[in-house]
Amino acid sequence: MNARATARPYADPYLAGVGLGLVLLASFVLAGRGLGASGAFATAAATSVNAVAPSAVAGNPYFADHLAAGGPLRDWLVVEILGVIVGGFLSASLAGRLALRVERGAHTSLRERLGAAMAGGVLMGGGAVLARGCTSGQALTGGALLSVGAWLFIGTAFAAAYLVAFVTRRSWT
Amino acid sequence: MSAPLPLSLATGSAGALALAFGVGIGFGWCLERAGLGSASKLMGQFHLTDLAVFKVMFSAIVTAMLGLFWLSRVGVVDLSRVYVPETFVLPQLVGGLVFGAGMALAGLCPGTSCVAAATGRGDGFVVVGGFFAGVLMTALALPGMARFYQSGARGTLTLDSVLGLETGSLILVVVAAALAGFIVAEQVEQWKLRRLAELER
Repeated sequence: MNARATARPYADPYLAGVGLGLVLLASFVLAGRGLGASGAFATAAATSVNAVAPSAVAGNPYFADHLAAGGPLRDWLVVEILGVIVGGFLSASLAGRLALRVERGAHTSLRERLGAAMAGGVLMGGGAVLARGCTSGQALTGGALLSVGAWLFIGTAFAAAYLVAFVTRRSWT
Repeated sequence: MSAPLPLSLATGSAGALALAFGVGIGFGWCLERAGLGSASKLMGQFHLTDLAVFKVMFSAIVTAMLGLFWLSRVGVVDLSRVYVPETFVLPQLVGGLVFGAGMALAGLCPGTSCVAAATGRGDGFVVVGGFFAGVLMTALALPGMARFYQSGARGTLTLDSVLGLETGSLILVVVAAALAGFIVAEQVEQWKLRRLAELER
């Protein structure tokens, strides 16, 4: 299976953006809430801690807030993220874009790339907990609802990303 | 007269979860179609070679914002029943900085890393794992920084009220800014590609 040889090009960004906006709008209109990604991870973390050390959850309001009644599979954001995985997979498979690979710069070793991916993931986890959301729950959702905190988050997140991307630009060339 | 929407779905009910799953499928589908499950494409935003992130994000924000505004104007949606994320000034400014630094290293954000992993990208899997670890560790440390975490709490605070503008006027400003941003984005991409071509010669 050589998916890359038959992969179709990505959609026009404005068209995909309007589509994404309609999904976000449908969520607002039908469910009264926007999109999210980090909340599902918070629920997963709270559920894991609860399984190992229930007392740690009781003493931590963040975990207590994110522990879903009836288990994680009854949590809105966990089910939504499962949908994201299915939707992304379906879209890629229909466009011939499924392929096992690690994306990295031509002069970046596998270890360097995966190290940066791990470090980046950990930092995003910290930032998303502090900001009470990520690019989905704050930037997209809060942005469309004109929330002040969401626009502050968009501003500092992009500023920091441009700075770090400039410093590490050789890893993608 | 009260607006019929949003639906009154009980938390954790089958209807709510079916809706969550459907919304997620649409979300993941759009991210993948746009190419945002690819770290190298996403990094084009920060290397100025491909501003798809900006174009997708702001087309989506403008679409949802305008749709919600008009659907509430005509009485279909009760805006007071749509949850607006609360503002905590300092943690959101600092959280944004930490998050943005991580996003540039990862080449993905939490949502797009799920799409990257689902489409076979090993770097996406690692970002998902790192993100889980980061959420877990920071949440464990939160009781020790409770004052910072709650600092600048302003509840539901929206830009129109801060700027003293009518919601409709602010929406017009945001749409105009987005359209201007799209024009600038196209110019920046052209300029960057020309520059790269010159450097190759």
